[in-house]
Amino acid sequence: MRLTSIVKTASLIMATTALGAMALPAMADIKIGSSLSQTGPASFLGDPEAKTLTMLVDELNAAGGINGEKIELVMYDDAADANKARTFATRMVEDDEVVAVIGGSTTGTTMAMIPVFEEAGIPFISLAGAVVIIDPVKKWVFKTPHTDLMACGKIYEDLKKRGLTKVGLISGTGGFGQSMHEQCLSIAGDYGIDIVADETYGPKDADMTPQLTKIGATEGLQAVVNPGFGQGPAIVTRNFAQLNIGVPLYQSHGVASKSFIDLAGEAAEGVRLPASALLVADLLPDSDPQKAVVVGYRDAYEAATGSDVSTFGGHAYDAFKILVAAIERAGSDDPAAIRDEIEKTSGFMGTAGVVNMSATDHLGLDLTAFRMLEIRDGDWTIVAD
Amino acid sequence: MSEFLQFFFSGITVGAVYALVALGFIIIYNSSGVVNFAQGEFVMLGGMSTVFIHALGAPLFAAALAAILITAAVGVALNKLAIEPARGASVVALIIITIGASIFLRGVAQIVFDKKIHRFPSFSGDAPFEIGGATILPQSLWIIGGALAVFFALYLFFTRTLTGKAVLATANNKLAARLVGINTNFVMTLSFALSAAIGALAGVLVTPVTLTSYDVGIALALKGFAAAILGGMGSPFGALVGGLLVGLIEAMTAGYISSEYKEAVAFLVILVVLFVMPHGIFGRTKLDRV
Repeated sequence: MRLTSIVKTASLIMATTALGAMALPAMADIKIGSSLSQTGPASFLGDPEAKTLTMLVDELNAAGGINGEKIELVMYDDAADANKARTFATRMVEDDEVVAVIGGSTTGTTMAMIPVFEEAGIPFISLAGAVVIIDPVKKWVFKTPHTDLMACGKIYEDLKKRGLTKVGLISGTGGFGQSMHEQCLSIAGDYGIDIVADETYGPKDADMTPQLTKIGATEGLQAVVNPGFGQGPAIVTRNFAQLNIGVPLYQSHGVASKSFIDLAGEAAEGVRLPASALLVADLLPDSDPQKAVVVGYRDAYEAATGSDVSTFGGHAYDAFKILVAAIERAGSDDPAAIRDEIEKTSGFMGTAGVVNMSATDHLGLDLTAFRMLEIRDGDWTIVAD
Repeated sequence: MSEFLQFFFSGITVGAVYALVALGFIIIYNSSGVVNFAQGEFVMLGGMSTVFIHALGAPLFAAALAAILITAAVGVALNKLAIEPARGASVVALIIITIGASIFLRGVAQIVFDKKIHRFPSFSGDAPFEIGGATILPQSLWIIGGALAVFFALYLFFTRTLTGKAVLATANNKLAARLVGINTNFVMTLSFALSAAIGALAGVLVTPVTLTSYDVGIALALKGFAAAILGGMGSPFGALVGGLLVGLIEAMTAGYISSEYKEAVAFLVILVVLFVMPHGIFGRTKLDRV
């Protein structure tokens, strides 16, 4: 009992000092907060994101910081746990007094943190995929990755170009697959796409041949789309080749990494998927305005970390660059001024594409941000628009 | 008909994996009364170790063998370091220890290996065989064959060798076994080693088909446990039947009803079976003599 009362007193004192400190003028360093899923089930997102942020902060500070002020990065690992993320969000606002926050590797952690930053009035740039983060628009919340809605749009656009309209869906029941599945259903009508089969699989399932056999037997089937990520899509691709279904297979941007080709092996031949330009940096023509950005980031990341670049780290790159530019333009570290400048971001060329934000669009990307890729001879090729 | 065959092939392939995991549960359960929730981690260790030893340049079969031995050693360590020191604790406490061990093993795997998804080549290529309009991968035959071989070898071990009979005796009555001079501590250690090795073998066989990563064990352990319960906890033959049944029910539901209900139907069947036969299909009713 006594111990708890000591702890209580101590935290009261700490809280008071924290409050007192808040009243003081801004410190010399600009504090940026971040809560990412560096470990746990979403570590493949959080790990490259965290490495990217650390690399960029070091780079910027070595070059003299923003307007002569150094950046201090306060980073937390929420392990994809929404409860932890919310605790860290409160800590960043109350104890660390950050002026802006990058992060939320997953939609779950992002949604848990949003109320904290909305209430405190701290600009928050999320690195998670789902469209609910910025739709409806929230005053303090932005995001950099493409949405699953856009991925469906890109796939449907390509299907229409090939004259294919009767589509079978096989979706993972994980968060990503479920969300994209809903989006794909919701906009199918807009593109004149007819969903003729709709099956699901668990994220850890070992075999999807029953579902694919059923889809394959559907009359008039012209293409199959597989929203999902993790090992599921690789198994679907292998099963799809095993059953020799004989229509085009589309994967989502969720598997846009080299390891997908390794895991799916020869079965991946001919598979198409929407992805950001980062994945095919070298294949872009020199005239492409995005080439310099993606090649620059990739080379820097691979030199700094020794591991392969991923689109997820690219989202962190975009978020950091947008934020730094906004702080520079704002000329102060006042959160409200930074927020206003983030919203004014226009013509920013990031790894995800050109970003033009506005009061009604806190993402700022359009469908051209995606490239349609096809896997040929174990490597990516760009499908001509 | 070809559709039915395709669902059937899928069901028995996945079912064979569940059966191997269920078998691991049963061996440890028989010798100690403990449900070892780290069983799925043995499967993961088998697959992941093979991937990394193979990547170091060892031939696939040598890597697989090394992985099985390493996992067996981990099983022994689990018994010696975590289960044995807690001897005398209630069975529930021991089960909770194994849950802790499974979390620990997953954590270590993330650090020692990595967090990515891996795969190594199939043993006999990826060209599927066509039977009656349905296709089956050569690796699926390896999985089914492997499971059957393990069951046959275990059958011989338990019925033809003295050590095997000692394990059975310990399972039947630990005190009596000790009284007739059976080293029950050794039997416990042996069970963990055996169970870990079988788990690892399952991991080696399935990785080319289902891929592997540090967290692949959780789902497998759940399904394997369900299979063990369905077949009757304690009966190796029940594990085989239970595993195949769960696999087949899942595949048939996904094929004929809807993939949405695949898991629900499997667990519903288990609940119904347990309602009618509380000790599982092949489980024996325990009789207490007064």
